[in-house]
Amino acid sequence: MQDFSTIFAQSIGLILGGDAQLWAVIFLSLKVSLLAVLASGIIGLPLGALLAVGRFRGRQAVIVLVNALMGLPPVVVGLIVYLMLSNTGPFGVFQLLYTPTAMIIAQTVLVTPIVAALARQLLETLDAEYSEQLRSFGVSRLGTVPTLLWDGRYGLMTALLAGFGRAIAEVGAVIIVGGNINHVTRVMTTSIALETSRGNLALALALGAILVAMAIVVNAAVTVLGLSARQAANV
Amino acid sequence: MFDNKSEKSTQPLLISVQDLVYEAGDAFRLQVDELQISAGGPTVILGPNGAGKSLFLRLLHGLLAPDNGSVLVNGVVPDAAVRRQQAMVFQQPVLLRRTVAANISYALKVRGVKRVTRRRKVDALLRQNGLSDQAKQAARTLSGGEQQRLALARALAIEPEVLFLDEPTSSLDPSSAGAIEEIIANAGQAGTKIIMVTHDLGLAQRLADRVIFFHKGRVCEQALGTDFFKRANSPEARAFLASNLALWAGGNS
Amino acid sequence: MTGTLKALVIGMGVLVGSLANAADEFIVLQSTTSTRNSGLLDALIPKFEAISGIEVRVVAVGTGQALRNAQNGDGDVLMVHAKLAEEEFVANGWGVKRFDLMYNDFVVVGPGDDPAGVESIANVTDLISKIAKSGEVFVSRGDDSGTHRAELGLWSQAGIDVAAASGTWYRETGAGMGTTLNIGIGMGGYMLTDRASWATFGHKAGFRILGAGDKRLLNQYGIILVNPARHPRVNAVAGQAFIDWLTGETGQALIADFSIAGQQLFFPNANVVQD
Repeated sequence: MQDFSTIFAQSIGLILGGDAQLWAVIFLSLKVSLLAVLASGIIGLPLGALLAVGRFRGRQAVIVLVNALMGLPPVVVGLIVYLMLSNTGPFGVFQLLYTPTAMIIAQTVLVTPIVAALARQLLETLDAEYSEQLRSFGVSRLGTVPTLLWDGRYGLMTALLAGFGRAIAEVGAVIIVGGNINHVTRVMTTSIALETSRGNLALALALGAILVAMAIVVNAAVTVLGLSARQAANV
Repeated sequence: MFDNKSEKSTQPLLISVQDLVYEAGDAFRLQVDELQISAGGPTVILGPNGAGKSLFLRLLHGLLAPDNGSVLVNGVVPDAAVRRQQAMVFQQPVLLRRTVAANISYALKVRGVKRVTRRRKVDALLRQNGLSDQAKQAARTLSGGEQQRLALARALAIEPEVLFLDEPTSSLDPSSAGAIEEIIANAGQAGTKIIMVTHDLGLAQRLADRVIFFHKGRVCEQALGTDFFKRANSPEARAFLASNLALWAGGNS
Repeated sequence: MTGTLKALVIGMGVLVGSLANAADEFIVLQSTTSTRNSGLLDALIPKFEAISGIEVRVVAVGTGQALRNAQNGDGDVLMVHAKLAEEEFVANGWGVKRFDLMYNDFVVVGPGDDPAGVESIANVTDLISKIAKSGEVFVSRGDDSGTHRAELGLWSQAGIDVAAASGTWYRETGAGMGTTLNIGIGMGGYMLTDRASWATFGHKAGFRILGAGDKRLLNQYGIILVNPARHPRVNAVAGQAFIDWLTGETGQALIADFSIAGQQLFFPNANVVQD
């Protein structure tokens, strides 16, 4: 068994070596997961806000469902999206299977419940504080949604980051719908799975270290953009 | 029930309450058979803790709907459109997670004030309320007194027909409370109808044109401010004044 | 804040735009982990792409999954190693025609000290029977792959009911070859694997080949064009071109040339007349 210092040295070497293929894999990972988070935000944030302020029949049931879907197994999502996009599936005509778009779709399915559930929780708290004042301003119940989304934006950023963490780290869904095709749909996690199955454990761990580093960079970038606890509470 | 119509106002009728019932849980029931509030000088709502004053304020503003009976403002049920002509400052001011200027701008925007007008009005209001230096500061980092001033400035931004105030000076130091009182008095003189719940009898006595006294969810007494503080009719009101005036006098000596 | 938001929006726009890659002509090859993990496909495909201009996208899964994916029309060419299943695939109309492509052999690997004492046994059914009786662990793919099917065939010939032993000395991982090797090494168990996967596996940890050479360990690979009559989107022309090239002189020679540490791992036999 290679020791961890070897693995550490190997991952540093991989990054500094500037291997073009590695960079392509890193870029694809970021691209797929960031776009999946973007799509999840577009769907999940308004959905979470509606669940936070809406007063409709079955609201509690939807909340329970969305909360439960946070724990969707990636493999199941991968399988469902595969069946949808397969040539014999309902969306086969779009020829999306084994493309990055398929991976984005699968991760969006995976991440949207996380974003929606966390947003719902956060915005419900904010709504409890704001709702009387906003109604006093003469804002309608649904009209409060943009205000809540904007004033909760820093907290919501954390919800999106949680979604990104889930997306960038999952392998079960993307390996089924992406196929782990070299130069086309191979991302960090599927590379790690591949190298593990080849018995190249040191390389697999080095890639894992890079994946963690990527997650740190993205989180740090968001923090630098102005997400501090103080601002989250006040601005 | 005491004679509520003994002090007929010469001012036009603004709010009328008829057969109002509001149940807050099993324990508390607010009941107002008949009550009119006219335009003009400030109306102050007094009463011991748990008398239902804040609930009543919310019912008048349309934030709560009565279980029975009606509240009519200028003859209509207070809905969002009516509220857009009014304003309310809550006991704990609810400031948006935005800058001081943005808080005022927001209140104007949701009432449909155009962007250019908004900017001009925000600047003027900040100046009037001594908040110009804090314009770009996060509203929720202001001191307690500044927060209350901002909440009032934001409420008055649209020159509301009615301004509801729930304990506007509670938990403020005397100098901040004085500043708030001045803003309220000026707003009243500028033509905004003030309807205020307060524990501060000094503030009530100085500002009240009329007083409504609540006890255990019912209106016990209505009177001109001057009459009420000189000789309250009901034993409940007299007891309330006796105990609170002692505190008030003690606090101001 | 507004400035950074704008930058974010533009950044996302660039990412979305980059999704629409110019789609050159390509085929999807549904294949097995052994051919990819050994590096064989990496040696063959760039040569084919260079002369044909057709990109080959490899999805490497177990034979069972590859067959199902191909049956769904999610691939143009199928390259697997389970001859009976392949013939059935063609007979049912999912594939056009099956060609022999190459072969290698399965081997039994186990701990270096061979606790079951099977090393000198030439007859593979005797060998695995001894493992079964020794109480040592045998780790199976259990994933309906070509290797798994071959292994089940051997147990059945040996007259041993592994289904009954599942969970005791017989452990099914339900995973690919590499994962199963990792697990088996962790358990100190015996395993059946194809020679190519073993030769290129990077984490042997003292394990070695303890059984090989029985003719029943032959591992035959076949290649099939997915039937365009069943799945009209199959790129039949490009797919057949790839099959023709692999089974032709160049492809067969390249297969024979592929070696790891001086050891040839696959033996081309597309042109051998079989009975």
